Amino acid sequence: MADNILEVKHLKKYFKTARGLLHAVDDVSFTIEKGKTLGIVGESGCGKSTTGRAILRLIEPTDGQVIFEGKDITALSGAQMRAMRRDMQIIFQDPFSSLDPKKTVSQTIAEPIIENKILKDKAAIDAKVRELMKTVGLAERLVNTYPHELDGGRRQRIGIARALAMEPKFIVCDEPVSALDVSIQAQILNLLQELKEQMGLTFIFITHDLSVVNHFADEIAVMYLGQLIEKAPTEELFDHPVHPYTRALLSAIPIPEVGIDRPERILLRGEISSPIDPPNECRFAKRCNYTCEKCHASCPELVEISPGHFVSCHLWKDFI
Amino acid sequence: MAVEKDTVLEVENLNVKFVLEEETVEAVNGVSLHIKKGETLGLVGETGAGKTTTALSILRLIDSPPGELTCDKLEVCGKDVLHMTTPELEHIRGSLVSMIFQDPMTSLNPVFTVGQQIAESLELHENLTKSQAWEKAEEMLELVGIPKERAIEYPHQFSGGMKQRVIIAIALACSPQLLIADEPTTALDVTIQAQILHLMRELKEKKNTSMILITHDLGIVAETCDRVAVMYAGKIIEEGNLDEVFNHTIHPYTEGLFNSLPNIKNRRSKLQPIHGLMPDPTNLPKGCAFAPRCNYATDACRERSPQMTEFGGTHRAACLAYENPGFHIERGKKNG
Repeated sequence: MADNILEVKHLKKYFKTARGLLHAVDDVSFTIEKGKTLGIVGESGCGKSTTGRAILRLIEPTDGQVIFEGKDITALSGAQMRAMRRDMQIIFQDPFSSLDPKKTVSQTIAEPIIENKILKDKAAIDAKVRELMKTVGLAERLVNTYPHELDGGRRQRIGIARALAMEPKFIVCDEPVSALDVSIQAQILNLLQELKEQMGLTFIFITHDLSVVNHFADEIAVMYLGQLIEKAPTEELFDHPVHPYTRALLSAIPIPEVGIDRPERILLRGEISSPIDPPNECRFAKRCNYTCEKCHASCPELVEISPGHFVSCHLWKDFI
Repeated sequence: MAVEKDTVLEVENLNVKFVLEEETVEAVNGVSLHIKKGETLGLVGETGAGKTTTALSILRLIDSPPGELTCDKLEVCGKDVLHMTTPELEHIRGSLVSMIFQDPMTSLNPVFTVGQQIAESLELHENLTKSQAWEKAEEMLELVGIPKERAIEYPHQFSGGMKQRVIIAIALACSPQLLIADEPTTALDVTIQAQILHLMRELKEKKNTSMILITHDLGIVAETCDRVAVMYAGKIIEEGNLDEVFNHTIHPYTEGLFNSLPNIKNRRSKLQPIHGLMPDPTNLPKGCAFAPRCNYATDACRERSPQMTEFGGTHRAACLAYENPGFHIERGKKNG
């Protein structure tokens, strides 16, 4: 039995809207082994960020269980959850809006340490802040600067330092490098990789950039309209994608090489449909090139087609 | 003069400064570009490299003050854009040169229907009557894959990908000779990006439009462009056709960009980021602007500014390290 640090069971998050019930996350289940990175990919509106936040109960799940180290955290009280969050942290996408503009670098990093009463002695807090800054590669001279004086890469390093201040076991990274230029993106990705190896961290890495997760994740979960439609170890997913959406998504990655044989691009029709009161059919049926009667009759279940490879498609047997 | 006719855009020694109260931003520092009929040039670089400013300069859309534009030559289809009056500029914007902006969410007017917005430029530039222009607008919508019944809808009724299609329809309505697309797919999802790039390629071939594609994504360049120019700190530092720049890279910065990208085929390969940050455009270093971040930099690089040098074929780059005849970058060695 693998050592699962996190188990998500039938997680649902619905939002009430004027036009009906928005199914942001609709019955998502998966597990992550300790020390591994799960990449969650999908396009805007597929529910990947909502999933990440619902796991941390930053937004309250509508239904389902989140079991962290054997404990169902959806049942915890506010105070218990607060204590639990020391182990579970998040790094946000936009380093420009996720930092308080009126706080210096050291104040920003010290805040969670003080709030959670991890250290009380001022000198100890100071030492801890400096240590964290060193860990994430922020020069000591920046200790009293404000976010507006820093570039995106450095701001993201502050976000990482803040998350690490709690000495967490598990971090949700929500598009941590999407706002950054490639040369800076590579710096941050390398930093996260080092931290993962040194501290044995478990990550959920949410992104729309498939080449980034390919590099970073051990396993990949593909989401479409609130549902998990395929999950497999990274190499398996890239080498043997099964779901028609996954295949289209992979074929859409622009490859920065010239003079190679490009795989044929699968162009999808139309765009993602509405997540409000979705009909009971395959969510991808409207854009799929293989849709048949079955696909409109019911929503497919997630089945394990080979060890660790899960797919939710009525026609999966035709695609392997 | 046959060669001249073939050239759609010629820019020589373009410089753009923004003079602010306390400082001067040197955004573009001596950029020269030329584009032939039907050709697509990829303009690549990171945030602040001066790509967008270069593009806006071609349409003379730089506000002055604070902007100061100087240039030895700025010609579109043989017309001297540099010395045009405002009415003359208004005449060529949208008809001779069109621009597609990055953010489809904000480049449409929310209080006009998409049909009206396409028809507007047709009425202005093509001397069509209202009903003729409307008909042509519906045609354009169909061309970009939107049913013409939707011409009476407002921008908020369209998704991001659909809005970008509308913008492409507006840009191409008057059959411009040159289309400048500034990060046209950056705000879109990959499957939608694939649709839009496919559409742009198709339309470009149909109309034989020349294009400048501004992007930070080398993958998009590899799939869409004929030639590529890499910008850093307001200068073009390497330029050539795709094979030259991608497979026989010369400049250490271009090499750094490639090494920063995750390799989709070899996921175990470690990323090699470029250390440090882009220089401050209000305070550019003496010598080569990339020298502080360059692994190959010598004392000469910190002293003298490199000039664009021919490296065979159409390949040009600005790097002083090559003054040493034995010099080559790591990537160059790998590529043989």
